[in-house]
Amino acid sequence: MSNGYRAGVMRRAALTAVLAVFGAPVMADEIFYVSGAVGAAVENFKTYVKPWEDKTGNTVTMVPMPASTTDQFAQYRLWLAAGSTDIDLYQTDVIWAPQLASQFVDLTAAAKDLIPTEFPSIIESQTVGGKLVALPIFTDAPALYYRKDLLDKYGVAVPKTWDELTAAAQKIQDGEKATNPDFWGFVWQGNAYEGLTCDALEWVKSFGGGQIVEADGTISINNEKAAKALETAKGWVGTISPEGVLAYQEEEARGVWQTGNAAFMRNWPYAYGLGDGADSKVKGLFGVTTLPVGAEGDSSAATLGGWNVAVSKYSKHQEAAVSLAVWLAGPEVQKMRALNETNLPTIQSLYDDADIAAKAPIIPQWKAVFLNAVPRPSAPTLTKYSEVSAKFFNAVHETLAGNGSAADNLAGLEADLTDLKGDGWK
Amino acid sequence: MTSPTTRVAQDHGPSLQQQRQRAAFWFLAPMVVALFCVAAWPLLRTIWFSFTDTSMDNLYGGKWVWFDNYLRIQHLPSGAIRWKGTLADPAWWNAVWNTVRFAFVSVTLETIFGLGVALVLNAEFRGRGIVRAAILIPWAIPTIVSAKMWAWMLNDQYGIINVILLNLHLIDHKIAWTANTDTAMAAVLIVDIWKTTPFMALLCLAGLQMVPRDIYEAARLDGINPVKVFFKLTLPLIRPAVAVAVIFRMLDALRIFDLVYVLTPDSKATKTMSVISRQNLFEYNNFAYGAAQSTLLFAILAIFVSLYIWLGKVDLTGEGGK
Repeated sequence: MSNGYRAGVMRRAALTAVLAVFGAPVMADEIFYVSGAVGAAVENFKTYVKPWEDKTGNTVTMVPMPASTTDQFAQYRLWLAAGSTDIDLYQTDVIWAPQLASQFVDLTAAAKDLIPTEFPSIIESQTVGGKLVALPIFTDAPALYYRKDLLDKYGVAVPKTWDELTAAAQKIQDGEKATNPDFWGFVWQGNAYEGLTCDALEWVKSFGGGQIVEADGTISINNEKAAKALETAKGWVGTISPEGVLAYQEEEARGVWQTGNAAFMRNWPYAYGLGDGADSKVKGLFGVTTLPVGAEGDSSAATLGGWNVAVSKYSKHQEAAVSLAVWLAGPEVQKMRALNETNLPTIQSLYDDADIAAKAPIIPQWKAVFLNAVPRPSAPTLTKYSEVSAKFFNAVHETLAGNGSAADNLAGLEADLTDLKGDGWK
Repeated sequence: MTSPTTRVAQDHGPSLQQQRQRAAFWFLAPMVVALFCVAAWPLLRTIWFSFTDTSMDNLYGGKWVWFDNYLRIQHLPSGAIRWKGTLADPAWWNAVWNTVRFAFVSVTLETIFGLGVALVLNAEFRGRGIVRAAILIPWAIPTIVSAKMWAWMLNDQYGIINVILLNLHLIDHKIAWTANTDTAMAAVLIVDIWKTTPFMALLCLAGLQMVPRDIYEAARLDGINPVKVFFKLTLPLIRPAVAVAVIFRMLDALRIFDLVYVLTPDSKATKTMSVISRQNLFEYNNFAYGAAQSTLLFAILAIFVSLYIWLGKVDLTGEGGK
């Protein structure tokens, strides 16, 4: 734990002692906010909360955590299980709401003005049993990054289907490999982790193979279209994608892409700003589009990501914490995030905002991608989601690694999931 | 550390021996209490959890379910029965196999390499002090840091290992070390051996330095060849030290977590007992199930070490053989 956090706790203890002695005419709370931190997240966060601090007189300390969502989840679960009062607000992943719902405060009443301005699907993803568990602060949806210069050079169009992508990637790779042996057609996230659930859900859904577990709780993953989707992806490993893609997470894929060694990449919006940075070899050379589909007539699918803010029910400063949550989810902060970090807003009107259109033109363009977003089955599988996801990405990983056919692995997965479901998800 | 000072025994008081024992008890008491709090209590609590249906959302409301987390019979609606629980879970046995395989190979290789390094370091040469200090560096780096460092070095596209091997023409294409299920375990083993050989070397070296020099002198005068000297003289003499080192390493290797977790998260080819139990405890909503796996891990560790001590007739008291 950081020294800043510890110092904060000490300060809070000291403050409480002082207040106990002299009485508390004006309650100034010190609020602790925990979040995964990448890049300049800590500095940016300070500017986001400054206006709220000035207005309310409270202070906010951010407790930074590792970037990996899986690592964060385990830690938060421990804190919440122990009923820790040290943390007032948690920045939560879009998929956590059902698993942590009982530990957070209902924000429906506090956010009643905000809710109508948001995309309904996002609010829905954070609502569990009628309780609004967390407020969205930004959303995330991946897209297909492509090298404009290379598509022109080899005379291929932006691919619409996965087959077109495969052919285009192969053609470009064959040409480029002559001068650059490290060049690859397509990079994505194939490591056995939550990210592979996202990637594979996109393939399966865009082939018309369903969403693993449907909204009503039915296990739908064992079908021919899903198997075909996975076999297609398996065909990429070692041909248009390096064999090592099976150990790639987002940053490894971006590493290959940003050094100019890939024609296509599947990644989240954050890679756009970084790819356009001064130190990037692909600056100004790439575009983004929606992810391909299985065949003409199927619809493109991008997995819904995104982050939210939730208030711990163990917090001793709930009123201030709820007020901060509403501020962080509000239009002012969302706009700052969009301009600073290319984070996609969850408030509909911000996609028509003139400043954002001028300074971060990619965000309005991304609206189409985001509107196609598919939620992971965290809502129907409730507390079992992490395990469902792990079983899914393991089955996919086995298939991609060549251990068993897609059909066999999906049949096995179906049996496992049925077992896990028992007489109903709970 | 100094021994407790005791007063001269008086005629009617306890004997010096008794006084010493009593003093020793009070000196040890804080240690025993601390050990109970940080070792025994969590262990007992975990074992207790493993017999309940506790979940992370409700840590204090678990009901006693006997051995259900270990093994139970599930009656399916069709009338068929099925074994459930950790002991019937193929994922658990896969983890056990991975762990045992890892422990066996890593400890064996580390012992051999460690002994080799120790023999070299035991020889007199210039700069020996510096070399001894330098060789400890891998052991001194926190595992999480060295695992991350190796993860980049083993990276298939921009990792230096592949570049070196390619330039030496030992391989003809870049190998995806951590991604390929065939090489994932090898990658974990390489890093572990790199990291832990210095530790083994140090313990072996300590053993070597206990061996009296005049024995070698005598062997040399008798004209015995060095290989024979090693197997007939050195090895038997340092065996107790090596045996203790092997126990330490085995305990360590059987509970390996950090390296695997960083290098190959959630890969079936390398997932160990610690990794799978942590996953059930904190990531999945199976707290009690994970506690049962932790308990089994503890039991397996205890069995392995007892077997080793018994079969190898290892003397841990430091008093025997004299």
